[in-house]
Amino acid sequence: MKAIRTRGGLSFRLDVRTAVVVAVLIVAALVASVVLIGTGDFYIPTADVVRTLLGNGDAGQEFIINDLRLPRVLVGLLVGAALGLGGAIFQSISRNPLGSPDILGLGQGSTAGALIMIVLFQGSAVQVAGGALVGGLVTGFAIYVLAWKRGVHGFRFVLVGIGVSAFVTAVNGYLLTKADIVDAARAVVWMTGSLNGRDWEQVWPLLVLCAILVPLVMTYARPLRMLEMGDDVGYALGVPVERTRIVLMGSAVLLTAAATAAAGPVSFVALTAPQLARRLTRSPGPNLLPAMFMGATLLIVADWASQRAFGADQLPVGVVTGVLGGIYLLWLLVIERKAGRI
Amino acid sequence: MKARATMDKQPTDPHTSESTDRQERAAVNRLVADDVTLGYDQRVIAEKLSVEIPDNSFTVIVGPNACGKSTLLRALSRMLKPSAGRVLLDGNVIQSMPAKKVARTLGLLPQSSIAPDGITVGDLVARGRYPHQGLLRQWSAQDERIVGESMASTGVAELADRYVDELSGGQRQRVWIAMALAQQTPLLLLDEPTTFLDIQHQIDVLDLCADLHEEQGRTLVAVLHDLNHAARYATHLIALRDGEVVAEGAPSDIVTRELVRDTFGMECQIIDDPQTGTPLVVPAARRVREKSAAGAGSAGAGAAGAEGTEAAGASAKAAT
Amino acid sequence: MLVDSPPEASAETTPAPPKRRAIRSAGLLVSFCVLLLVVVASIAVGAKQMPLDQVWHGLFQDTGTYGDVVVGERLSRTLLGVLVGVALGLAGAVLQALTRNPLADPGLLGINLGASAAVVTAISFFGVTSLSGYVWFAFFGAAVVGAAVYALGGTRNATPIRLALAGTALSAALYGYLQAVMITDNAALNKMRFWTVGSLASAKNETILQVLPFLVIGIVLALGLARPLNAMAMGDDTARALGAHLNRTRALSMAAATLLCGAATAACGPIMFVGLMVPHVVRSFTGPDMRWILPYAAILSPVLLLGADVVGRIVARPAELQVGIITALIGAPVFIFLVRRRRLAQL
Repeated sequence: MKAIRTRGGLSFRLDVRTAVVVAVLIVAALVASVVLIGTGDFYIPTADVVRTLLGNGDAGQEFIINDLRLPRVLVGLLVGAALGLGGAIFQSISRNPLGSPDILGLGQGSTAGALIMIVLFQGSAVQVAGGALVGGLVTGFAIYVLAWKRGVHGFRFVLVGIGVSAFVTAVNGYLLTKADIVDAARAVVWMTGSLNGRDWEQVWPLLVLCAILVPLVMTYARPLRMLEMGDDVGYALGVPVERTRIVLMGSAVLLTAAATAAAGPVSFVALTAPQLARRLTRSPGPNLLPAMFMGATLLIVADWASQRAFGADQLPVGVVTGVLGGIYLLWLLVIERKAGRI
Repeated sequence: MKARATMDKQPTDPHTSESTDRQERAAVNRLVADDVTLGYDQRVIAEKLSVEIPDNSFTVIVGPNACGKSTLLRALSRMLKPSAGRVLLDGNVIQSMPAKKVARTLGLLPQSSIAPDGITVGDLVARGRYPHQGLLRQWSAQDERIVGESMASTGVAELADRYVDELSGGQRQRVWIAMALAQQTPLLLLDEPTTFLDIQHQIDVLDLCADLHEEQGRTLVAVLHDLNHAARYATHLIALRDGEVVAEGAPSDIVTRELVRDTFGMECQIIDDPQTGTPLVVPAARRVREKSAAGAGSAGAGAAGAEGTEAAGASAKAAT
Repeated sequence: MLVDSPPEASAETTPAPPKRRAIRSAGLLVSFCVLLLVVVASIAVGAKQMPLDQVWHGLFQDTGTYGDVVVGERLSRTLLGVLVGVALGLAGAVLQALTRNPLADPGLLGINLGASAAVVTAISFFGVTSLSGYVWFAFFGAAVVGAAVYALGGTRNATPIRLALAGTALSAALYGYLQAVMITDNAALNKMRFWTVGSLASAKNETILQVLPFLVIGIVLALGLARPLNAMAMGDDTARALGAHLNRTRALSMAAATLLCGAATAACGPIMFVGLMVPHVVRSFTGPDMRWILPYAAILSPVLLLGADVVGRIVARPAELQVGIITALIGAPVFIFLVRRRRLAQL
């Protein structure tokens, strides 16, 4: 922990370890991105990738990289970052590592929106994304309203989320049985979460949203940290408790829903990224920035792993994050149980 | 100022003059609950309750379970919005004040506080500086100094780098008090600060509160369970029952057998605390209480019970 | 009037005052009659309406006419519905008592996804295609996950939230696996999307016979646990002080719940919330005595399940809405209502 003070009266506290972790994660995400851009049916050496990205590549590689692979990787980075940040906010607000969007049913809500577009309207990719966005937002809003009772209490929030999740899952199950097999297969691929075939159309909206929401969330990071000590302490310290929660929860729902709309409900990134980030920084508090970069890194590495292990575009990235995340989740449960938490 | 306006309008109405009188005093004392009705959902805990916290006092609120003492404290610290009436801080309705401004005037040690996983004592206490900080002024030299002082005055300075999870209950409570101190508020509210602590830690914490009051001149308001602790440490005592003030004043003036019977429904005897001279409540012996319970309804038995207590009191006095 | 109260108070130790007991017994009888009505409705209502005389003909003077065949099929379906309903209701009641958790439910505890994961494995890797083949896999999966959830969240100092979270976490992990298989195997997807919603439509006598032994053992076990579970309700220490065998009761309860849920899920796919809702409703008028909760739950759960099944046949006629979807659509709001109503100290 280091204090930085300027003569003009500005002062900050810098956790050196956290800063190092963030720096390392950024580097890791960039390196993984470059490697991922080179990976695929047509292999491109890393040096060529870097050269092309800097604008000095040959025309063929430029097309493959700038038009096909770069947008896909950018979508991956943005989706990972949005999920990591959204997950960190949710876990901090519910004061529970399992209070993440995966378990609260936001993903299921987005899925319901997407399934309605796929199954009932045979919608285009854009319509499916729109459906997912609306579905996620409606679900987030419903959970908040249903869990609200003189404030939102962490446990009630999680349990209401589980209930909403079950309800939406039933709707999804029904929609799947209504679909013909072609639509059903398309739906299941979407439900797994995938970066295949993502292009600039997905990048821009996500980028704009993140550019607005990330700074907004960061200005609320300090009140959020105070809220971790309980609502009463929050009030005592002069935190506008409900406003902080509404702004942050709204941002988190938007981030998660937008990420889901772009890539499908990639499972477990929102759950694991904040937890891993916290273990790396060894710092209490929401760890928003580390969680965000951890999410981006995780998703890119998982996508690279699935391409290396199963061949290009064979297995969607969501399967890899799902299986890895599931194992991690079980480990978490055992550990937390030993520590007497949860 | 508003008070004056009402007075000018109807100077003759006895009710108004009484309430303006109260508001006059409100201008004197910094923290006042004025005619508040408190409750959760439909359940009303207290109606038309008026309480003043004398400046520079160590005020203790006592009463049986569910008498509304914690509810009153929550209202005084604006965590509970009264459904009628108002809580005034320095003459302003507390809900209408900016949250950070209140937090710089009025500190609170709540019952339910959560130490985040893996936080150190120093970090936790530092979080008490939040109301004094801004986006661009997050950790000034002054913040650092005050955090150090707060830890020193609560005796947790040497624990600064330890994790809060590792501490004992008594140490942890001191850390939370240090955090509330770092807030640097002239008023400090404590909700049952001694619950779940061993007796020596209870006394520790109360001694600390007394120091804060006497040496730093802060106004303290605490909810306490133990009547004897209250009588020993408080400079001003408020006894509540069923959401109503039964008595308030200096402990030596108001702690009587009748008060304990009215408030707690228990027969007792009051003697002088041999250490401090403050009132000490000694519950009546079982034999005496049974007698008075058996004869409940008939005045004679009650008197006999009282007589018995008196006699016991006399012998106790003789013994000392 | 006041004279009544001393005997009332002293009757605490005896089962129940005779009057209340009579009312409860009568209630049980009424519930049973309601069940009979629902059973008749379940046989009569469907894509093809059966007049009552035709139902009678099919049941007792089976001559193999088209109507008789339909009645026969619906009879299997109804029978399975009754059995599964009884199983889910009892399992829910036992789990709630065992974990002292009003929110415990086989669906929330991950047992459903355990069965689902095992079934998808059977279809995709072992090439099992018939329903009677799934049964064993589903049963095995349910049992393993039931034990795992209990081990993770249900033993010492179990809190409602921990159990629910352990179940949800395991479900989430299994869901990842389920999707990985379904995405790579279209045939599995095609079977699973119908199996996972929970339906009575494919009921066959064969299936019933397969799960019947487990259900019977489970039902007997559950009903026999009323007394020890009553003792457990007051907390481990009190129960021990009262002379209850804690570990034996826990193990038997878990075994009963797993047998019941596993067999029910194996027979007709995962059905959510029946086990949660019915014991709750029952408790609101019987109080906490398991000796009344269990029989009531056993009779009213099939009423709910068959009722939902009949509704599912009516609302989407001539197609059907699977019973699992209807129960979840009714059950989730009830769950949220319970969570909201409960004081959080208890959560």
